[in-house]
Amino acid sequence: MRIAGCGMRNKNGTRMSRRQALALLTAGPVAAMTWTSAEAEQAHEHAAQARAQAQPSAVYKRRFFTAHEYATVGVLVDLIIPRDERSGSATEAGVPEFMDFMMIDQPRRQVAMRGGLALLDKLSQDRCGKRFVSATDRERRALLDEIAYTSNPDPGLSHAIAFFSSFRDLTATGFFTSKMGVADLHYVGNVFVDEWTGCPDAALKKLGVTY
Amino acid sequence: MQIIRQPKVHDVCIVGSGAGGGMAAKVLCEAGADVVMLEAGPMWDAAKDSKMSAWPYDSPRRGAAMPSKPFGEFDGCLGGWDIDGEPYTQADGSTFDWFRGRMLGGRTNHWGRISLRMGPDDFRRRSLDGLGDDWPIGYDDIKPYYDKLDRLVGIFGSIENLPNEPDGVFLPPPKPRCYELLIKQAADALKITCVANRLSILTRPLNGRPACHYCGQCGRGCATHSNFSSPSVLLPPALATGKLRIVTGAMAREVLTDAAGLATGVSYVNKADRRDYAVRARIVVLAASACETARLLLNSTSGRFPDGLANSSGAVGRNLTDSTGLGVSGHIPKMEHGVAHNEDGASGAHLYMPWWLDNGKLDFPRGYHIELGGGRRMPGFGVLGAIQRFNGVGGYGRSLKDDYRRFYGATVNFAGRGEMIPNPDTYCEIDPNVVDAYGIPVLRFHAKFSDHEVLQAKHMQETFRELIHTMGGTPLTAMPTREQNYGLENVGRIIHEVGTTRMGSDPATSVLNANCQAHDVKNLFVADGGPFVSNAHKNCTWTILALAMRTAEHIALSRNQGTL
Repeated sequence: MRIAGCGMRNKNGTRMSRRQALALLTAGPVAAMTWTSAEAEQAHEHAAQARAQAQPSAVYKRRFFTAHEYATVGVLVDLIIPRDERSGSATEAGVPEFMDFMMIDQPRRQVAMRGGLALLDKLSQDRCGKRFVSATDRERRALLDEIAYTSNPDPGLSHAIAFFSSFRDLTATGFFTSKMGVADLHYVGNVFVDEWTGCPDAALKKLGVTY
Repeated sequence: MQIIRQPKVHDVCIVGSGAGGGMAAKVLCEAGADVVMLEAGPMWDAAKDSKMSAWPYDSPRRGAAMPSKPFGEFDGCLGGWDIDGEPYTQADGSTFDWFRGRMLGGRTNHWGRISLRMGPDDFRRRSLDGLGDDWPIGYDDIKPYYDKLDRLVGIFGSIENLPNEPDGVFLPPPKPRCYELLIKQAADALKITCVANRLSILTRPLNGRPACHYCGQCGRGCATHSNFSSPSVLLPPALATGKLRIVTGAMAREVLTDAAGLATGVSYVNKADRRDYAVRARIVVLAASACETARLLLNSTSGRFPDGLANSSGAVGRNLTDSTGLGVSGHIPKMEHGVAHNEDGASGAHLYMPWWLDNGKLDFPRGYHIELGGGRRMPGFGVLGAIQRFNGVGGYGRSLKDDYRRFYGATVNFAGRGEMIPNPDTYCEIDPNVVDAYGIPVLRFHAKFSDHEVLQAKHMQETFRELIHTMGGTPLTAMPTREQNYGLENVGRIIHEVGTTRMGSDPATSVLNANCQAHDVKNLFVADGGPFVSNAHKNCTWTILALAMRTAEHIALSRNQGTL
């Protein structure tokens, strides 16, 4: 046996072209051998295009929530993340659809969600004689002022506060992972960067650091 | 049982296609050997299968974890802690978490590309502190292979001349992110060494692979092969020789032996038709991962080897360690209302903190390094969760929405990865009652930390909290108690398990000799993390690769000289 050097060479010991290499590898893993930066960027764009074309366009069909629960969810998520000058509301970002999907995808969440919404209605009934969706905006906010703050020490509301915290977390994920939410946070990555040159001066200055 | 035997006798059969298997295949094929490789998972090609540039909203799941994708649905590693049909069990009172890759390239598709060399002291710890054992080789034996590895695979870093943290052949490191500079300020104030990270990600084109394009998503699989994985770097040149045959969906059952006690090949279950097959080979190289290799050997029993193959020492499955690990996150007010900019960078931190202290002044032996994170990451499932940890109350409405904007990116994370010392209570063995879906007896784990690891964890916690406080921030979790092992993750959780077929010069206490060749079976070698005698805090992959290269070159040379 002979111990050869590293690198991609053919049987004659000469350097292989990418085409030769690909032809050899079709039965196995297809690895690119001589990518240029431009080719890599092109691959990145192709992947992005393929993804865009694969977007589902069909209207989402509710699978977990009842009609009443779904209406409650819609009201609640928009109270948590309302429309403002910078972006739309949670329902405009598709948060109720996301929540319904996650209840099916992660069934361990189902009981706490269903029970939490039932508890919300119970508390609303106690306070104004109406279920949460039927309450006025003022009545809804009065209830949230009690259960949306983990600083509320009332032991009688601990379950509602825990439910609301968890519901708020799922709302935040639903909103800030939507296209609208990613833009709202001014996340500007996930792009092809030819040469990493570090963070811009404004960002360095803000933290009081320099290169 | 009827086994479908294939008539061809290969030069070498390699079990596993990850770091060790891939390297062995590359070296042996290029040396002219005819190699068959068994891989339990399917083919996977990052160029077309990777979700590298996916946005969270490309999926209704928004990147959340799934049972088959514990690190998120876009993650590039198939496998996980729980695999359908492939259970493992725990001895009473033990909790060992076993992450397995099931795909071409194995767990090289998973890791963080942190590529640290072990240093001279790491090979002779018993001589230095009386704990564990020395390796039968030293740094000088492995250094040439680390050097060749750096040049072949590509790694960025900076020349630092630090004690016991050998420099490599480095590509230029990427500039730190702005918050990493802020972390470095705190580290400098606390006299903690903080230098450029050492990652096997290309900052310059190398050997036909393009440089990184800084999308920060190495974990999803790099479609341009700009980071290291076995299928991106090692398997293509092996396949190009025309000498490598890869059999996927092949779950190895046992190593076959002849009357003389030599290995003759490997039997496996083809997952597609669930029948048993056997490949024949003159040399067998096991690179199935430390624990799978131990399982395979322990399941390879015969009249001649009643306790399993290569196990006359009883050391197979013993000496099992993982890295210690825990993490602390902090809210840093200075980072609030951050300036919008793209700081994806290379995946993982651009800086890290190697071990910097003298154990003579501490209440635990050995050390750990610190990995960093934080900043303006791509929003994913769980983003901005538990906002009450930041604003103190939670809340709702317009002010909450503004809080989310204010606190996005205002977090740093510190993760410790430290050395666990082998102990007699941590090992794996065959469960006498349980088989997997292919009828192969499974592993039962015993796992226990000693005070060495628990006291090290306490030190990590205190250090990370001090760093956060020095940055003017607040830790997001309370300090765990002694009863909680100070937050130490379960053994196995860091996915650095090694040591189950350790090397040594004494066949009575070790499985392999200094060439990773079984003492008991001269044509049987191990090329994964199994041969490690100790588990320095250096994240094992780079040493697995260097050792596998050394082992494979030894095999080629021995065959050339007619001694094997």
